[in-house]
Order: sequence, then C-alpha cells, then structure tokens
Amino acid sequence: MRGGPENETTTDERHSSRVAFEVNGDRRELTLDNRTTLLDALREHLGLTGAKKGCDHGQCGSCTVLLDGRRAKSCLVFTVTVDGRSVLTVEGLAGPDDLSPMQAAFVAHDAFQCGYCTPGQLCSARGMLDEVARGWPSAVTEDLDSPPELTDAEIRERMAGNLCRCAAYPHIVAAIRETATAP
Amino acid sequence: MRPFRYHRPADVADAVAVLAGEPHAAYLGGGTNLVDLMKLGVQRPELLVDVTRLPLDAVQELPDGGLRIGATVRNSDLAARPAVRRDYPVLARALLAAASGQLRNLATTGGNLLQRTRCVYFQDTGKACNKRDPGSGCAALHGQNRDLAVLDWSEQCVATHPSDLAVALAALDAVVEVHDADGARDVPLAALYRSPGTHPERETTLARGTLITAVRLPALPAARRSAYLKVRDRASFAFAAGSVAAVLDLDGDVVRDVRLAYGAVAHRPWRAYRAEEELRGRPFSPELAARAADAELAEARPLRHNGFKLPLTRAITVRVLTELASS
Repeated sequence: MRGGPENETTTDERHSSRVAFEVNGDRRELTLDNRTTLLDALREHLGLTGAKKGCDHGQCGSCTVLLDGRRAKSCLVFTVTVDGRSVLTVEGLAGPDDLSPMQAAFVAHDAFQCGYCTPGQLCSARGMLDEVARGWPSAVTEDLDSPPELTDAEIRERMAGNLCRCAAYPHIVAAIRETATAP
Repeated sequence: MRPFRYHRPADVADAVAVLAGEPHAAYLGGGTNLVDLMKLGVQRPELLVDVTRLPLDAVQELPDGGLRIGATVRNSDLAARPAVRRDYPVLARALLAAASGQLRNLATTGGNLLQRTRCVYFQDTGKACNKRDPGSGCAALHGQNRDLAVLDWSEQCVATHPSDLAVALAALDAVVEVHDADGARDVPLAALYRSPGTHPERETTLARGTLITAVRLPALPAARRSAYLKVRDRASFAFAAGSVAAVLDLDGDVVRDVRLAYGAVAHRPWRAYRAEEELRGRPFSPELAARAADAELAEARPLRHNGFKLPLTRAITVRVLTELASS
C-alpha cells in the first residue's frame, strides 16, 4: 500500500472471502483477500478503471462511487463488506456512446484540466444532488428547518470532499449548477 | 497490512462473544478511520467483526422527549433527521461541520465516538508514541504540536480527541448504551473518555470488546437554542483548530441554564463546567462570556506551538453565546 508498510502476503483462505455484489447493474462475484478495498476490486479485478486512486486515504475523493445510491470513498471500504450491495461507478453514469447531463455539463464548462479527479467529481455530484433533493442540510445551510437552496456556496461546501489539483473549481461549480437547474 | 479474517455477527451477543475470544480483533463500523489506520500499519487487527448490519440503525424519539440514536446510524442520516434539526441543532451542526459528504455517508455514531486521535505522530509508525506503542515516548511533546492539547495533557501524551459529534454530545449530557460480556449497561458520555495520564493507550473507560449499541439524549428543551461553532484552517473538510458546543437558556437576560463543551483542546471532549458556573444566574453579556472562558482555561498549559488555542477558544465562546443570546 502506498504510504504504509508493505502488504504481508497470504494464501490462507481464512483471510479471503467470496463476495457477490452488483456493479453498474451487473451481478459480479469475486473471491478476494479481505484486505482488498472496493477501489482495488473495481480497478484490479473488474477492469473498471474509472474510479481513481489519488491519496488512498479518504482525503481526495477521486475514488468516489455510489454505494447503494449514496456517495462513498471506495478506498476506505473493504470489498468484503459490500456483499449483496450495489455499486455505481462513473462507467455506469451513461452508456458507452453517450454522456449523462452532468458529464455533458462538465465538457461544456471545461470543468477539468488533467481529468484525474473527474470521475470522482461526477459520482460525488450525482450523490450530492440526491442529498439536496432529499432535503439534507449542509454546514452552510442557514435554516435547518427549511429545504436547502442550491447556491454556489452550498455546492462548494457539499463538494468539499473532492479535491482538484488543477483547481478547476469555478467550472466544476458552474457545471453542477447548470445540471441542477436544468429543466 | 496484516491479513485479517472477517466476521459478520448474527446479533449483538454474537459480536461481543467473538470479540471476547480474540485478543487481536476489532469492530468495524463505517471504516473511515480504522481502514486508514490499517493501511498505515497503526492498527493491525487479525479479525474484523463487521457490526454495520446489526439492527442498530434506528433513531427513536423517546416518550420523555429525549432521543435514542442507534450506534450504526450514519452521520449524514443523523444530521438530516427532523427531530435532530429541530430539538438538538447543536448536534446537527456538529455532524455537518465534520469530514465530507462521502465520509459522513459511511461514518457511524458509535465509530465516531471511538475514532482515534489525528496526532500525526500517532499516525506515523516511524515516530515514538505512547498511545500507539506504550513506553516508546511522545515525539509530539517537543515536536510540531500546534494541533494538540492545551488542557489535561500528560508528559506521556498530548493528543486531542478529533470528534465534533462527541463535543456536542458532551454538552447534551448524552448517555452511551454499551454491551459487553456481562450484558447491557449505560455509561454517561462524561465517564466514557479518559485523561491520558500514564496510560494514553487507554482512551475510554470501556473494557476491550465492549460494543457501543446506542447513544441516548435526555430531553433538553433549552437545546432548541443551541449551536456548534468550529474554526479550522480552511473553510471545510478539516479537523478543528477549536470548537465549541453551546446550549443557552435565558430568562430575560439572565442565564437560567447553559451547557458548554470544547473540542480540539484535550484528550477528550471538554465539558466546560467552570465556565457554566460563571455564567449561570448572571445577566448575559459578551464580557461575562469572556470571563467564563477565562475561568475554564485558567489551568491550561499550552505547548510550544498551540498557545493560539487559548484566545481562539475564548473568542469562539464569546461569539457563539452572544449569537445564541440574540437569536
């Protein structure tokens, strides 16, 4: 693991588990070392390299996926814990030949430079808009008793878990705002 | 990372029994802290007992007006509950001021209370740390200690408790429901955490293997006027440089009741009883709030790099109480 001691190897089946879960609508079954994070399972075992490994410590957000519809950092989730659950990655946001409205807005607003954080931004934004639709407040919501209004300040606070080292933040906010307010 | 076995317990009794029989086992909640510490080599469990699917995810409004929060309720769900937003805004605000949306979706109530310090020396296995490796020393005491304790630290450990939730719960006189080999019992939050003393590796008064099953909030109508103020080095997604949870009950301009707790100053969430004593029964003014904070911090011993926490904690005390008094 980056930033930590080397993995100790194991071939012991006591330290492995059979895991079945849904990824982008397809049922997948894997036998994995219990140490395998969801991020590593997606990238190294399922060939889904959309979710990115940035810090691998839950700080940068580039590994964000939707777990049972809720945004989560896949680098902090052991795959063995998602048995029976459903995962949506950036690959599942739209078909192979089209873009989701959020993806199209990111293109239209030039909401990235290198693009490494973009899959995490897209999944996080999708989960974030669902949270707003459910009426969840944020740290910058003034009135806890009223449904939140999606101001730019709200978007910034709610997207604080996704870093962009190219600092495309103003364009990311614009793309999310456009998606949220689209008819 | 050390290889580990994984167990999904059938019920609370099974979880507790399995832990009791395994010297190197740990409960796994949301994993937002434990998984990271395992990657860093700071925690090396041989068995994880995943408690997130136990039926501990309910939030119940109690007949006496209190609230019972299951240990596996996620931080984001708890902050969004209408009863929390209405009756305990200090709790909603503390939750929302913590971590990021993705982490709050994973983090559980019980796990939040038992998270480990973010002292960088604790998290670095190449450094001396009595909390991680008892007897090895404390590299933080004379190291970069800007983020560390000003109150109640010892020569062995100057770490702070990182939770925002716990600070709000300290102000609300929460009671923690736990389960161990002897069955279920209650532990007041005020009695849950320890001072570091000569055993900083022991952070709580819970015996190894004890499982938190719920947190109970007593009815406190005054908490409808409550707030959490957190100051950090950036606007969002950072641990506190200072924080204060406050409940203020005024009779005219006289302080009928007040609850204050501080974060980022000590090894545990710091209930400010002395400050409360200064405030109670007196006409509220910002000057009184400042005197109350000074009384609380009179015995503070700042380290080389964190003297700023004293004026900071004083300032946020004045601000949060003054805002509550005028709301």
